[in-house]
Amino acid sequence: MDVIMLSRLQFAAATMFHFIFVPLTLGISILVAVMETMYVRSGNEVYKRMAKFWGHIFLINFAVGVVTGITLEFQFGTNWSKYSAYVGDIFGSLLAIEATAAFFLESTFVAVWAFGWNKLSPKMHCIAAWLVAGAGNLSAVWILIANGFMQNPLGYKIVDTPNGPKAELVDFFAVLFNPFAWNEFVHTVSGAIALSAFFVLGVSAWHLLRKNEMDLFRRSFRIAAGFAIVASLVVAVQGHLHGNHVAEIQPAKLAAMEAHFETQANAPMYLLQIPGQDGNVLEALPIPSLLSILAFNDPNAVVKGLNDFPEDQRPPVVITFLSFRIMVGIGTLMILVAGLAWLKRNNIDDQKLLLRALPFMIPLPYIAIQAGWIVAEVGRQPWIVYGLMRTSDAVSPVQPGQVGTSLVAMVLIYTLLGAAGIYLMARAAKKGPSKA
Amino acid sequence: MLESTHLYLASIWFILWGVLWAVYFALDGFDLGVGTLAPFLAKTEEEKRIMLNAVGPFWDGNEVWLISAGGVTFAAFPFAYSVMFSWLYTPLLLLLFALILRGVSFEFRSKIENPSWKKLWDTCQFLGSAVPAILLGVAFANIFQGLPFNADYVNPGGTLELLNPYGLAGGVLFLVIFLTHGAIWLAIRTEGELQARAVKTAKTLWPVLLVLVLAFLAWSFVGTQLFGNYFQYPILFVLLLLPVGGLLAMRWFMAAGSWWKAWFSSLAFIIGTTLFGVIGLFPALMPASPNPQYSVTIHNSASSQLTLSIMLGVALVFVPIVIAYQAWAYKTFATEPVGKDDMEY
Repeated sequence: MDVIMLSRLQFAAATMFHFIFVPLTLGISILVAVMETMYVRSGNEVYKRMAKFWGHIFLINFAVGVVTGITLEFQFGTNWSKYSAYVGDIFGSLLAIEATAAFFLESTFVAVWAFGWNKLSPKMHCIAAWLVAGAGNLSAVWILIANGFMQNPLGYKIVDTPNGPKAELVDFFAVLFNPFAWNEFVHTVSGAIALSAFFVLGVSAWHLLRKNEMDLFRRSFRIAAGFAIVASLVVAVQGHLHGNHVAEIQPAKLAAMEAHFETQANAPMYLLQIPGQDGNVLEALPIPSLLSILAFNDPNAVVKGLNDFPEDQRPPVVITFLSFRIMVGIGTLMILVAGLAWLKRNNIDDQKLLLRALPFMIPLPYIAIQAGWIVAEVGRQPWIVYGLMRTSDAVSPVQPGQVGTSLVAMVLIYTLLGAAGIYLMARAAKKGPSKA
Repeated sequence: MLESTHLYLASIWFILWGVLWAVYFALDGFDLGVGTLAPFLAKTEEEKRIMLNAVGPFWDGNEVWLISAGGVTFAAFPFAYSVMFSWLYTPLLLLLFALILRGVSFEFRSKIENPSWKKLWDTCQFLGSAVPAILLGVAFANIFQGLPFNADYVNPGGTLELLNPYGLAGGVLFLVIFLTHGAIWLAIRTEGELQARAVKTAKTLWPVLLVLVLAFLAWSFVGTQLFGNYFQYPILFVLLLLPVGGLLAMRWFMAAGSWWKAWFSSLAFIIGTTLFGVIGLFPALMPASPNPQYSVTIHNSASSQLTLSIMLGVALVFVPIVIAYQAWAYKTFATEPVGKDDMEY
């Protein structure tokens, strides 16, 4: 394999692994802060034990999430040095701002939170919880503004330098208020909150079935049910709007998401469709105009097909198409289950079937989120910066052997970490909260 | 060549770049030192836990200074970032893997009461502390000495060449600096026998450190261009007061048993030493040897004037805030020796 493919694999492995842990960090930190606020306001010790219990799981999850995030920043330099040199003026500053304005805050106050139970007043400790939650989500803002630049580059000009051409910042506010980035932010964070709410629902259901700490888990369930239904609805509605935006800005990605090959007005969507890279192997049961409606909210809209993009500008179709369907399918199921959990939240003890099903729901949002990122990142190919720089031009001048070796080492280490981290989280979740 | 305002900004960023690395070494240095000392100083499980908890509330925040140093290289000198990290591909990834294993070992080790489980994460903690200390030293010594760049900045695969004698000397120097810094920290944060061992370790390491520093300076004088700027502008030698003063004060306060003051002296020594090296490099972030025309300098790697100005604004606002809350965290969590209530790990 060549350096490009190895580097792509390495980056995919590093980001996907990192993103097993990020969504729970983003979402559960908010839930813990809410629980702790309820403790400070009511003085009811059960909320304190709740915050400690879910916070304990958060800390294990955070440990793996944070260490795997460090690799990502440096991989732009190690594996994608041409990219770094080309867009560093813009992209690098966003990562640096993220570290300075958000990541410091999160890392410092995670420790303050973990070690501060006996050293801080309840109010101060609660503020630490909110700082952790706020800083984590603020990190997401900056990272997604950086990713938004890769998806929809704005606010730059190309200049010549002695080391070749590069992109230079001309309008910081254009970069900052990139609508694509903010769409991604809302989509990612609401998805993360939905995932975390389902995590809390699933673990709570497991304990409720076993009549374990009923009061604590009923309350956890009620809080999470509210977050689950609101967040999964926001993900879906906003996801549709985000899709409209993709149709407009990244038509090739949209065409790949739908395996749509022929440019046409009143574009249909097929209930039965098997895609290939160069055309659909099977398409049957069309719903007329549905694709035009979904993409542009207009049945007559023309949707550009993949055949009208040069072959070297088409993303991998099958992966993008399937990932998109997995994401949407799971998302739909989540809305239904979250709605049910919310309706039954006040007499949840009697809902045996729902309680039994919820623990099995825990992995699904994880799969949906991974699939969503595959749509976003694989769908952007062959561009590393959409329309501006190709992934193949971005790679570092390193030896394939170096990348191959580090890829193997990384997979081994990450497997060890992932297995240990997930095992410890499951163990802590099953063990339940510590007594008083 | 950059225009004057641009050059001015790039020079400021060069200094800030050096300061960030210096602060990173000064802060993460002591917790890497403690992680390396743990297998040698702790005789019991409880002592081992005390050692980890002595750095527990701080190591994570300390490590973010590394992310910032990396991020600032990326933002202010993107070309330097791309050359630095791709040229040093293998050692850098080794450093990252080590830091990853170390980071989770804190959280994981005490979660299961099982000797082989603990042994696994103790090994990760040790390697994850010692390896970064050495690698950072090797990397910076090689940068001080100059890297053999060619016109396209391709590393022909010569990672092992970084392990030249001067590079290795840098690795040993960094390790001993961090060990001393860590031993002093333990003297502050522990009690009883463990503290006595930490005190003894710090006092034993100090003369070793002194000899290494003198040897490394002499070798740098003969083998690198680091002193060029100093002879051109002799006033710069004033800078030496910080590392030299810090090093001597460290020993003085050790003898007096004032461990906080000894730690701050060590802090000053580390910051001073890093800045001494960085200023010797100016205007290069990575000098090329033997072909200085391929050096990566602020001239050929700085970001646009707009980016540098925006970043300066961000830094002026946020860095003081970061320093303030990190100082508050140190004040809140490091005023007393580690007690039974503080045993998170």
